[in-house]
Amino acid sequence: MINIFEVAETNEMIEKENLDVRTITLGISLVDCIDADLKLVNEKIYHKIYDAAKDLVATGDYISGEYGIPIVNKRISVTPIALVGAAACKTPEDFVSIANTLDKVAHEVGVNFIGGYSALVSKGMTQADEMLIRSVPKALASTERVCSSVNLGSTKTGINMDAVKLMGEVILQTAEATKEADSLGCAKLVVFCNAPDDNPFMAGAFHGVTETDKVINVGVSGPGVVKTALEKVRGENFEVLCETIKKTAFKVTRVGQLVAKEASRRLKVPFGIVDLSLAPTPAIGDSVADILCEIGLEHAGAPGTTAALALLNDQVKKGGVMASSYVGGLSGAFIPVSEDQGMIDAVTAGALTLEKLEAMTCVCSVGLDMIAIPGDTKATTISGIIADEMAIGMVNQKTTAVRLIPVIGKGVGETVEFGGLLGYAPIMPVNGFSCDAFVNRGGRIPAPIHSFKN
Amino acid sequence: MKKTIITVVGKDTVGIIARVCTYLAENQINILDISQTIVQGYFNMMMIVDTNRTEKDFGVVAEELERLGESIGVIIKCQKEEIFNQMHRI
Repeated sequence: MINIFEVAETNEMIEKENLDVRTITLGISLVDCIDADLKLVNEKIYHKIYDAAKDLVATGDYISGEYGIPIVNKRISVTPIALVGAAACKTPEDFVSIANTLDKVAHEVGVNFIGGYSALVSKGMTQADEMLIRSVPKALASTERVCSSVNLGSTKTGINMDAVKLMGEVILQTAEATKEADSLGCAKLVVFCNAPDDNPFMAGAFHGVTETDKVINVGVSGPGVVKTALEKVRGENFEVLCETIKKTAFKVTRVGQLVAKEASRRLKVPFGIVDLSLAPTPAIGDSVADILCEIGLEHAGAPGTTAALALLNDQVKKGGVMASSYVGGLSGAFIPVSEDQGMIDAVTAGALTLEKLEAMTCVCSVGLDMIAIPGDTKATTISGIIADEMAIGMVNQKTTAVRLIPVIGKGVGETVEFGGLLGYAPIMPVNGFSCDAFVNRGGRIPAPIHSFKN
Repeated sequence: MKKTIITVVGKDTVGIIARVCTYLAENQINILDISQTIVQGYFNMMMIVDTNRTEKDFGVVAEELERLGESIGVIIKCQKEEIFNQMHRI
């Protein structure tokens, strides 16, 4: 039988170390909402989502109460809207009407984000894909809870450089369209290479076409729990360090598995996956950067950071995989800047640069995330940064992503406040040398060779 | 059997166990196991209880116990047993 020390350990994790379930995300297929009549598409989408998700928030809260574990977010992901709206939408404005429907139903069922205002264009763009992408600035400016993502490349297809170029422009336009709110729209827009179909985390969640009609995916968290566990093994060797991370990740993930199964049972929706991510928040003690410091770095970004992150990421997976029957999504350590107090401190101290962050993304999920850059950054420069990150994902057969926020009207040395889970960020300098000629070539980068890996 | 873990943490005082047990008895909740320690002057108790026979909903019991805790000056939490089993048992 469970003893008092085990009970105390669990509750200590929850109460003092910020252990929580970061999100229950209900994936809903909208393929059956496709119609040539836009009004009908919007109606069908509204009803399908409302019916599927009306009990999601209450169920999440109930489970949270029963087990005494916070479930921070309840969210929805849907089939990429570029597919759902392709038959009905003749202009970007038509797509914006679907964004407004998604926002409306998100408010009504009480979820804080709805993801899937997306296009998958890793090899080429259909007319509908391009219209959706061009509608993103207006869609994100006119909605509150809609999240958008675009898959620009994959290991199998290479990188769609036309779309990369376009996204550089779209990110700047989104920043401009939401400049009154410090370009907040860009915090809800992410581009991917090798985007997973079952990611529960925003802004990149969408319900892939390989998925069933409805599915429950759960994202766990717990950087604070790992950090506290590591405090007890200071000075020990790497074997002890790695074992400690693994055991802690196991415990954290088991809670996610329990919540996922329970949500699945109560909502009568199949359980999909648990995403084994270490997801930080701006709260003190809920930081991935602090774990890196505990491993032995003065600041995230110091020499050794990439190695420390690589081992952390790997041990989290090794511990978590056994704790859950199905693992998927992004599964790894997240390194967003604005959402992690330790990362913010590292940038402010001058320890962490954009280039070091890029190196770090080679060994962890996901990518250049929640990084504020000067508002006068050129579109081609943003495209160049995106291309670099996509290349890392393509060659290393992993998911990479870019979520940059060019803050209109602000420059290096200033900070930007997004509020809530999105946090705040110092604006980071960007390499000012031009990549115009590279980005403007057009076309796509071929898929890499899959053999001869030396 | 539906097992629930009740934890009580707070400043030690006379009658904590008595008052919690009285509430449980009044609500047909059977105690299966009790352990208790004092950590740094703080009272720390865990009970494993069987809630099968109570007519009250889990949420109601949890809320009433929380309020009882407030009146004694301790924190009382109710959680389903599975979260601990999942975390600490393979």
